[in-house]
Amino acid sequence: MTQVQIRQAILDIIADIAPDEDTTAIKDDVRLREQMDLDSMDFLDIVMELRKRYNVEVPEADYMQLASLASSVKYLEPMLKDK
Amino acid sequence: MSSVSRVVITGIGLTAPNGNTLAEFRHSLLSGKSGVQAYSTRYMGAVLAGVCNFDELRYQKKKELRRGTRAGSIAIYCANEALKDSGIAWDKTDRSRVGVYVGVTEHGNVETENEIAAIKEYNYDTKFWSHHHNPRTVANNPAGEVTLNMGIVGPHYTIGAACAAGNLGFIQGLQMLRLGEVDLALAGGVSESIHTFGIFASFKSQGALATHADPTKASRPFDRDRNGIVVSEGGCVYTLERLEDALKRGARIYGEIVGYACNSDASDFVLPNPERQSQCMGAALKKAGLVPDDINIINTHATATKLGDIQECLAIRSLFGACKNVHINNTKSFIGHAMGAAGALELTGNLPAFEDGIVHPTINVDNLDPDCELPNLVLNEPKRIDKVRYILNNSSGMLGINSAVIVKRYDA
Repeated sequence: MTQVQIRQAILDIIADIAPDEDTTAIKDDVRLREQMDLDSMDFLDIVMELRKRYNVEVPEADYMQLASLASSVKYLEPMLKDK
Repeated sequence: MSSVSRVVITGIGLTAPNGNTLAEFRHSLLSGKSGVQAYSTRYMGAVLAGVCNFDELRYQKKKELRRGTRAGSIAIYCANEALKDSGIAWDKTDRSRVGVYVGVTEHGNVETENEIAAIKEYNYDTKFWSHHHNPRTVANNPAGEVTLNMGIVGPHYTIGAACAAGNLGFIQGLQMLRLGEVDLALAGGVSESIHTFGIFASFKSQGALATHADPTKASRPFDRDRNGIVVSEGGCVYTLERLEDALKRGARIYGEIVGYACNSDASDFVLPNPERQSQCMGAALKKAGLVPDDINIINTHATATKLGDIQECLAIRSLFGACKNVHINNTKSFIGHAMGAAGALELTGNLPAFEDGIVHPTINVDNLDPDCELPNLVLNEPKRIDKVRYILNNSSGMLGINSAVIVKRYDA
């Protein structure tokens, strides 16, 4: 997956778990929680969906890497580049 | 405040398979409109069910719907509708003095079945089991979701009482008001049971799941050819207040809960016990200071099982068999068995009789079972009677739990 594809994959997951939000307005470098109503259970949903859809395991110690869209793409790129 | 505070119904919110407001529901009950339809459930395929079609997004965001349960969503809809109907100034209400008491037949089966089906796709690897499972399946979920949605910080819990639960929700609300624990009770019952295949499969294995070529004819209590239960979802929540509080704010009063009782058969897991049911209704009459012939409408629990209907008829006959004023009906013939919501919806569908003087019928009785003959059983067509002053709802459930609630017309 390319960076663009990874970014879209994350946006698709967010759209599913936060269906009231306008994901087209998300700023890549701003923390997701500052831009939308997301709590810790929602972040666990992101982790679960990455596991289900891409067989990617995000250890708890790395959850902070998913704070923004840009940091998520950067963190996930090595894991998803061959998928 | 005295221990015998009078408690009145000041707001009603409901969703039934044939109506999403009391007016719609009542209209369906007087016009013979069933809410039973063809339905499909996991593993079993085609079954029949009573399905609700309320506006889920009226009081919830899409994310709340996704996060929560169907029972929670039904409870939220009903509680908000009841509050709106009551005219209570919510922004001026001390929400630490509001209690939420929701009767349920069962809770958690839906989510557990969903999760098992989901991890089956991953070869039963439990790392795919959702972190939402526990908050969705804790037994207080439907009541707790109401408090989250409405910002209520008083007590909340569910009352697990099989199919007697709707009445038990009302009783709990009344008791907490009388104890002074709360000033407003949001009380009633809900059912999400059509979303669990297990309830259908279990009734089928028990030989108690209704079938009929015409879904609207499938639920037929008291009919000779009845063949079991139609499983339904639904909910009904009241705002209950102490009479003095309701009068102070000039509330519309639907009725006063004057009698109630709950007891146990202690005789069988599933087969109702007529003697205990009769004792339960008798205890409710005694609490209300009434004699049997004071009751104008008895709304029966009958679910259209062969034996269950007969057992209830025995109970009613033993107590009310000689009564002239009592009229008897059944609501499941329209909506199927709404489980934890059943008693609550069934009582509520009769409350407009205080104003219109009409007893809604029991439909789908083509050939009355001689073992189900009761005095003034209102069959197939509504019946106008003289002034309705007292309505009794009888509900019972598995493990031998019985509940009866008596509501009195409120005359200022």
